[in-house]
Amino acid sequence: MKREWKALLAAVAICGGAGAAQAQYSDGTIKIGVMNDQSGLYADLTGQGSVWSAKKAIEDFCKTTKCHDKIEVVFADHQNKPDIGSNVVRQWYDVDKVDVVVDVPTSSVALAVNNITKEKNKVFLVSGAATSDLSGKACTANTVHWTYDTWALANGTGNAIVKTGGDTWFFITADYAFGHALERDTEAVVLKTGGKVLGKVRHPFPGQDFSSFLLQAQTSKAKIIGLANAGGDTINSIKQASEFGIVAGGQNLAGLLVFITDVHALGLKTAQGLIFTEAWYWDTSDANRAYAKEFAPANKGNYPTMIHAGVYSAVTHYLKAVHELKSDTDGAAVVAKMKSMPTDDKLFGKGTIRPDGRKIHDMYLLEVKKPAESKGAWDYYKVRATIPAAEAFRPMEQGDCPLVKK
Amino acid sequence: MFELIGVAPQALFGQLLLGLINGAFYALLSLGLAVIFGLMNVINFTHGAQYMMGAFASWMLLQYLGIPYWGALVLAPILVGATGIVIERLFISRLYHLDHLYGLLLTFGLALIIEGLFRQQYGSSGLPYTNPIPGGTNLGFMFLPYYRAWVIVFSLVVCFGTWFMIEKTKLGSYLRAATERPDLVQAFGINVPRMITLTYGFGVGLAALAGVLAAPIYSVNPVMGANLIIVVFAVVVIGGMGSILGSIVTGFGLGIVEGLTKVFYPEASNTVIFIIMAIVLMLRPQGLFGTPR
Repeated sequence: MKREWKALLAAVAICGGAGAAQAQYSDGTIKIGVMNDQSGLYADLTGQGSVWSAKKAIEDFCKTTKCHDKIEVVFADHQNKPDIGSNVVRQWYDVDKVDVVVDVPTSSVALAVNNITKEKNKVFLVSGAATSDLSGKACTANTVHWTYDTWALANGTGNAIVKTGGDTWFFITADYAFGHALERDTEAVVLKTGGKVLGKVRHPFPGQDFSSFLLQAQTSKAKIIGLANAGGDTINSIKQASEFGIVAGGQNLAGLLVFITDVHALGLKTAQGLIFTEAWYWDTSDANRAYAKEFAPANKGNYPTMIHAGVYSAVTHYLKAVHELKSDTDGAAVVAKMKSMPTDDKLFGKGTIRPDGRKIHDMYLLEVKKPAESKGAWDYYKVRATIPAAEAFRPMEQGDCPLVKK
Repeated sequence: MFELIGVAPQALFGQLLLGLINGAFYALLSLGLAVIFGLMNVINFTHGAQYMMGAFASWMLLQYLGIPYWGALVLAPILVGATGIVIERLFISRLYHLDHLYGLLLTFGLALIIEGLFRQQYGSSGLPYTNPIPGGTNLGFMFLPYYRAWVIVFSLVVCFGTWFMIEKTKLGSYLRAATERPDLVQAFGINVPRMITLTYGFGVGLAALAGVLAAPIYSVNPVMGANLIIVVFAVVVIGGMGSILGSIVTGFGLGIVEGLTKVFYPEASNTVIFIIMAIVLMLRPQGLFGTPR
């Protein structure tokens, strides 16, 4: 009898709690906006895969926790253009009552969304974009930079290569915010570890023919040609470098940002031996493998990239914070809550978010397998080293983040 | 003299040659556009998508039927050209009596649909295609891959073959006559609509041929043509809309100009062609090789 009373009381408390919570969710709904490239060169490594991952995160979260009954996902294509991205996000925040924007590859677009999100006091969880400025001089109390950044890539790949003798560099850089940031951060690592930068060339984005730039790199006699670009640009650069006998001539390529979908598009024969850094690889744990096996059939057979995994992880943590707060209206408060709780999810494991908005976890130094070493579809990487979380990201005091100085 | 401009002569020769190779692609693509515009008065915005279809066709031939590059070089243009004939019969032929703009809008819409279908099926990150002639030779001033040498020779042959066919043969004279006075040519017992259809198929086949040539060196993805088509249109405008020789010469010439820009100021390399286009349009609106209409 006593036990029944207790249960009844608990039920009333839960219902009452839920009712109160309802009032505090803006518009009664938690609305997640996934914005990325749905049609261009980054569509496979972000695109619908990120939308799927956000939905999956909600599904998994609601399996284990009693979740708010109205959680929605909307998505949009920013076509890699900051003006289009800004318009979509303003519309989302002002009219459509979106509470959080997720993913947003292409750093120039992400920096624009970063400003608008701060202005409107919403939440921005970056998985796709790379520029380390998002947790550096452009950091805000409303943004968390989740998966990776240019500093982490430069640090992982640059360090490993300079230490194994690749001490003279030539950069082929995509001419926009992301390329510049990646080049700057890698150059800093190269110089710090005693290497030299012999030259650099900036190509229009997106590019098609890189032979001219590769020839300049060849003439520079640098040991390492650093590719500070991404997606289709990296694919074209590597494909043409192989054609021009760059590697056969004794120079090596460093892919500073390479995704598994790029390796798939190149084929192992062309991509073998390439060394680079990523935050996540599907074949490192049972949970990751299970995720990939579920992801692939829903996404044209493609396996998830680190960006997709990052979206899953970020949305999971966001939902935890919002449900603890029982409110999603004050973006800065939600992000503060996210920073105060340790992160824990099945894909990235345990981690933390620093005051400057940088999410911290291990990174991996990877090498592309030779065709003979690959045991099946998408078995592409060897993990050469795990870069521990504490060393993987830029120390907070070096980032010039205004939030930290105060 | 070379010290003055701060670039070693070797590097400069290398870049000139590379520019010429890129120019070969521009020439081949703008040639198809010029043929279609010159003989049909249709501004074919589907051209980029058809170039992409050529690259995908060679990938599919290899993947599904095991037909290597050399077979694809013949088969892919025929297959894609055939789809062009279907498109012409079903859609474009209905617009001949209307303004150019309608044809432009129709072909632009078709391009978006075709690219969308390929993206839906194959994704956006591209497909691998192995280089059929690996290796290369050191020319002293640069490393020239055999494949690029092949591209430049082959496209020169195709370009001048096409020019010869249209300007110097009897078939070409029929085609040109049919553009000027279709009614009169029809009266001589020549099937003009069929000739126009085949012309479109031929123009599309040229685009597909450029696509096959591009597959081993560029990323084979659904938007590969969309990135290129605007530049190619600029080439056609500079050369003179519909001028066959103009499109060939400007294609190669602009490739060289772009190549040099990549050395001296790489950031401007995708703008320089449009700057030239603006200047040409101001000084000579009919284009370098065009005749005022």
